This record gives sequence, structure tokens and C-alpha cells, in this order.
Amino acid sequence: MIDARGLSCPQPVLMVQQEIKRSAPATLTVLVDDQCAVGNIRRFASNQGYTVTVTEDNDEFTLELRK
Amino acid sequence: MKKWFRDNWLLLLTGLIVGLAALILAKLGNPGNMGFCIACFERDIAGALGLHGAEAVQYFRPEIVGIVLGSLIAALCFREFKGKGGSSPFLRLILGMLVMIGALVFLGCPLRMVIRIGGGDLNAVVGLLGFIVGILIGVVFLKKGFTLGRAYVQTGAEGAAFPALLALAFLLSATGLVGLFRSSETGPGSMRAPWLLALAAGLAVGFLAQRSRFCMAGGIRNAVMFKDFGLVAAFGTVIVVVLLGNLILGQFNGFAFEKQPVAHSDGLWNFLGMVVVGWGSTLLGGCPLRQLVLAGEGNSDSAVTVVGMILGAAISHNFKLASSGEGSTPNGHNAVWAALVILLLISVLCTFVKRKEGKK
Repeated sequence: MIDARGLSCPQPVLMVQQEIKRSAPATLTVLVDDQCAVGNIRRFASNQGYTVTVTEDNDEFTLELRK
Repeated sequence: MKKWFRDNWLLLLTGLIVGLAALILAKLGNPGNMGFCIACFERDIAGALGLHGAEAVQYFRPEIVGIVLGSLIAALCFREFKGKGGSSPFLRLILGMLVMIGALVFLGCPLRMVIRIGGGDLNAVVGLLGFIVGILIGVVFLKKGFTLGRAYVQTGAEGAAFPALLALAFLLSATGLVGLFRSSETGPGSMRAPWLLALAAGLAVGFLAQRSRFCMAGGIRNAVMFKDFGLVAAFGTVIVVVLLGNLILGQFNGFAFEKQPVAHSDGLWNFLGMVVVGWGSTLLGGCPLRQLVLAGEGNSDSAVTVVGMILGAAISHNFKLASSGEGSTPNGHNAVWAALVILLLISVLCTFVKRKEGKK
């Protein structure tokens, strides 16, 4: 689980990239709080072969990455 | 390829509109190759507010107000407006100042840099090389864990304060209700497109940039770090549109270093000035245009950064750090070295000396 809430661009997607490089997880949950980070992570993860589902709760977004 | 276009069409459209707006605004009165320049226009606003005494560069530029309000409108329409802040505001203020000091040694922000390239100004290509080097240095620190810390949700009032203040000040300036604001009689500050049109162009660019997340520093960064070329394609689109536009309008005189509008040919300082801008923008998470857009979305850290840039402009002109068409200044050279040292300090401290929360 990566908590990237409140971090400036591009730290959220960078954290995802580094986690994928480090452990190539089959699933990964990422917590962010702005749409820009959602778009960046969605684009990056799908380019890495993950399917991404996003749920929104009170201005926070949970991204579930699955391979 | 089809998927790439589907993902990036809005960015390309933003690049197209930014390029067209820059051409039109320059044609209708803004200074040469300066249809849009965030750094120059914030410097003009600093002058209008009397924060510096350079009489040639004082004008409350409607474009800046338009960009912030355009972003605010887009953020409200798409439910993205949110008061947010608290991520090292004072360091961001300093970084904003440094970015402005570097930009005024080069004579332009990253956006004006690409507009200058499209206008045939080879000095801006030297600036671009410096900009890329600055971004690459920033990327090294990002990869090592650089962070300015988390921003937290704030009240709507905190998020709305900056756009509201800017709108109010502009209203006073444009309606002439108060004679407090200064306004250049000669020089770049006196060269201006009709204010309503300038405001409209700013609104359109701000709206689109909010939706597409357009950012001049993000393009090279994302290409290097994530092999994501959408932003860099938008960056290229601005150059192509401005170049073609200048050719069509018959105002393109070939590529050259000499006799470029509001520019100088001190190569080293064009290069190093933009190293500061690229490095600082990467640490901030976005270029000067992106900071305006984020400020419009309610991000008060970016509002503080913009204030830092306005302060940086005042310092640049009060202490003769800013270049002019005649060239860069000795004080400007010293300021660039100092800026590079401060950037290194901030980078190292925020990468290797973490708060407890940052330790995983």
C-alpha cells in the first residue's frame, strides 16, 4: 500500500514506479488526493500492463492496480 | 498510436491554443516573442504594485489574472477545486524567488523560451539546453527521494484567497478606480494587447491548462522518468505553431543569435539562468505556468510560490540582477551562482535529511 496523499507531482507516480521496479507486485493499492496524480498513475500503470480501478471517497482516491 | 492520441489530444490542443494566443497577443501589442511569458508578466505586476522601480516594466498584466481565474473556473466546473497547502510553504517561496531570478537573467520563463525558439531566437535554444540540464539535476534528487513534504486539506477560504485577491486588484487596476498602480509609458511594460483580449486569452489558456495539466517542466521530466511523451509533445506543439504562425505572418527572419526582441546573447548566462529555472521548477513540481494553474485550483502552496516569484522579480530589478537587451549584469551573474548553491542546499537537505514521517 502506497500513501501518496498530499505529495507534489511527480512523487506519487514515482513511488508507484519504484515499487513496481523493486518488487513487481501482482496487486498494489495506492492512495492519492488529486485527479492529476490519478491520471498519471493510471497512465503509467496501464503502460506497465496493470489494470487500474479507481474509487473515490470524500475527495480521496484509492487506485487498485492488478496484473 | 491511436491510444496515445486519445490520451494526449487535450495536451496537444492546449499547446495549439497557447501558441496561437502567443502569436495573436504579440501581433496586437505585446512585446516581440512575448505573447505569453509568465515570468515577465509577473515582473510587470511587481512593477505595477510599486515593488520595484524599473519604469519600463510596470503593468498589471491581465493574462496572469486570466490564467488563474480560467483554472479556477475549470476546477469548479469539474469539481477539482480544493483548498490545499502546507507543503514547505517557505521553501516554496524561496524556490519561487530563485526561479524568477534565473528567468530574468535569461529573460523569460520556459513558456517564453519555446515562443522565442519559434520566433527564430537561437539564444533560447541555449536556454533550452540549460533548462534540460536543470531538470535532469532535479530528477536525480527526485529519484533519490527529494520531497517538500505533504500538503493537507485546508479551508475553501484558504484556497480561494489568492484568486480572489488577484481578481480584486485587477478590477481596481482595469477600471482605473484607483490610481495607485503604476503603468509604463515606454518599454516592454507599455507594449500591450487590448486588456479584454489579453484577459480572454489568459482565461482560455488557464482553463485548458487546468484540464490537460500542461506544464513546461513536466514534459522533459516525464519523458526521462516515465517514457511519457505527452507533455513534451505539447511543448513541441507550441514551438511548431509559433514558428508556422511567424512564417505566415511574414515576421520570421530566420534563426539567429543577434538582434532578437527583449533578449541578449550572453550564452553562458542564458544557459545557467535556465539551469536555475529547470532545477527549481522540478523541485516545485511544475513550471511557473503550472504554479498559476495550481493556485487557481486552490493550492495555497502554489499561491505562495507565485508570491515568491513576484518578490524575486522585485529583488531582480531593485538589485540589478535582471538582464536587458544589452546583456546580463555582474550582479545577475553572482545571483545565479548563489541560486545554484541554494538549490543544491535545498535539494540535499530535502532528500537526505527527512522528517520522521518521511521514513518508511
